[in-house]
Amino acid sequence: MNIVRGIGRFWYDFIVGDDWKIAAAVVTALAIGALIAAGTATGASWLPPLVGALVVVAFTVSLVVDVRR
Amino acid sequence: MGSSATWGLLTATFTASFVEFVEALTIVLAMGMTRSWRAALAGTAAAVVGLVGFTAVAGYALINWLPESALQLGIGTLLLIFGLQWLRKAILRSSGLKALHDEEEEFREQAEAARRAGDEQKLGLDWFAFVVSFKGVFLEGVEVVFIVITFGLNADNVGLAAGGAAAAGVIVLSAGAIAHRPLARVPENTLKYAVGLLLATFGTFWAVEGLGVFQSGGESIEWPGEDWSILVLLAGWFVLSRLLVWAAPVVAGRGRRPERRVPAVAEEPS
Repeated sequence: MNIVRGIGRFWYDFIVGDDWKIAAAVVTALAIGALIAAGTATGASWLPPLVGALVVVAFTVSLVVDVRR
Repeated sequence: MGSSATWGLLTATFTASFVEFVEALTIVLAMGMTRSWRAALAGTAAAVVGLVGFTAVAGYALINWLPESALQLGIGTLLLIFGLQWLRKAILRSSGLKALHDEEEEFREQAEAARRAGDEQKLGLDWFAFVVSFKGVFLEGVEVVFIVITFGLNADNVGLAAGGAAAAGVIVLSAGAIAHRPLARVPENTLKYAVGLLLATFGTFWAVEGLGVFQSGGESIEWPGEDWSILVLLAGWFVLSRLLVWAAPVVAGRGRRPERRVPAVAEEPS
């Protein structure tokens, strides 16, 4: 069990690192993007820039929250 | 894949791998110079064997178990999270809110820890030097493997990605063998800033393409202008990062921006 926990801890530290807010921001932005994509016809050229902008905003918010601590 | 994406792939994998190899070299040098070269190199070799196995398993699983758009989404998301971690630290260092990474200081800390450690021997090796070298090379190497696999699979060119990483490894090892000391003059903080931008750019590009898995047909979404949008994304992340470097100290409540003009890139320790 300790080995499993250790492996899990390793991957958590590797992916999420020391700021969980970035992972949360990215997942939230992409989840919103997924919902929009699911309800949008294929080939909508506005979709990628919109989701890209969501990611940028989410990262900015997470960084602002981080530095204001 | 267009030429701009190809150059981006090569630049990203080479630069990211270069930084990781420099950090791994510092650890191995510290163990070799203070404890035992035999143990340090044995730990390095063991880590390389482990990494080769890890790469083969991870690469095979990812290629064969996931459809393309799901692969793009999953790997793109991981790359984006990973890249934004680097970009966040680069922004904080450039704005003065986090100390710059100093390879010589890292070497001193590792060497000091090595001098204080016990003299346990296993398999005829200085065990401390072996374990520290193994862990250091493996952990830094996993980051290289992660970048090579994510870039290589999404760009459908694992060979080129691996080539970029291998070239970085050869250069760092050669420089380390000649200098016989930590590569402190490498502008690591600047390189990490550049890598953060590249990883964030490509992570955004591929993660959004992968959202096509949620649409009918499950095909990848195409960015307008296709590979040209990579350059637009890179410019966007760069402009945002410079704005945040400027604004972060103010937001942090330090009252005012640094009195001296913040240079375009983080200053490197001499």
